Amino acid sequence: MSLWEYANPKKFMQTSAAILPYTAGLTAICLVVGLVWGFFFTPDDFRQGSTVKIIYLHVPSAMMAINIWVMMLVTSLIWLIRRHHVSVLAAKAAAPIGVVMTLIALFTGAIWGQPMWGTWWEWDPRLTSFLILFLFYLGYIALWSAIENSDTAADLTSILCLVGSVFAVLSRYAANFWNQGLHQGASLSLDKEKNVADVFYQPLLFCLAGFVLLFVTLLLLRTRTEIRTRRLLALRLRERQAA
Amino acid sequence: MPDLGKYAFEVSMAYVVSLSLLGVLVAVTLAKGRKVRAQLRAFEEARKEANEKA
Repeated sequence: MSLWEYANPKKFMQTSAAILPYTAGLTAICLVVGLVWGFFFTPDDFRQGSTVKIIYLHVPSAMMAINIWVMMLVTSLIWLIRRHHVSVLAAKAAAPIGVVMTLIALFTGAIWGQPMWGTWWEWDPRLTSFLILFLFYLGYIALWSAIENSDTAADLTSILCLVGSVFAVLSRYAANFWNQGLHQGASLSLDKEKNVADVFYQPLLFCLAGFVLLFVTLLLLRTRTEIRTRRLLALRLRERQAA
Repeated sequence: MPDLGKYAFEVSMAYVVSLSLLGVLVAVTLAKGRKVRAQLRAFEEARKEANEKA
């Protein structure tokens, strides 16, 4: 069996219908366990106090904001190279989820930054590249709505996605590239010395899994809706042409 | 409810706003999905009826 079989809308609808109940259930379990554990049963940090609890929303949403754009990049490339409609519809379906994740990352970052850094916002490399990534998400959605022909819209949004990938990469590595600004490097590391303490790390893992699964669930649901919308438009067009 | 100390407002706001945004995203996704599915079903049934009559 080839991966490209899933580019067939019918096959995608069948497979996603079978997967959805499991991803939805696992999402609920991981998010409830991670957030309840993190919020109610972890201690305050000795320096940051209770604001450390914001990590359970900020880190997973920031991680997803970048990774969703990378996923959109891959599916856009598949569209540009192999012209599979399901792939570009998946990219279109992912964009609003990416907007919300970026917004949560920016908001929780600002509200965490105020008591820790003494400012809501700073034109720091990571914060600025994240803001630009957010604007790219909005631009991507606006471009889809601005063009009537869906194949042309798919081509142009795919190219926009390639350009925006620079900022997705910058958002991830800005703190390392410039080594300046307020934002610290990655919170998670394989190096135990640099990683957050286990007491925060364990519930954070559940939250990370929950956000990934939430994305997968919403992506499947939204892609199914995009496929149905496309079918509806095609049927209406065919009827109009027949009349 | 844990004692959030002097940062209670910041931490609560972060959770309320983030979970509300996620809730809206889930609700909009489900509502749009339901609406399009109903439209497609109605269109296909109408077409089927028209074909049977013809």
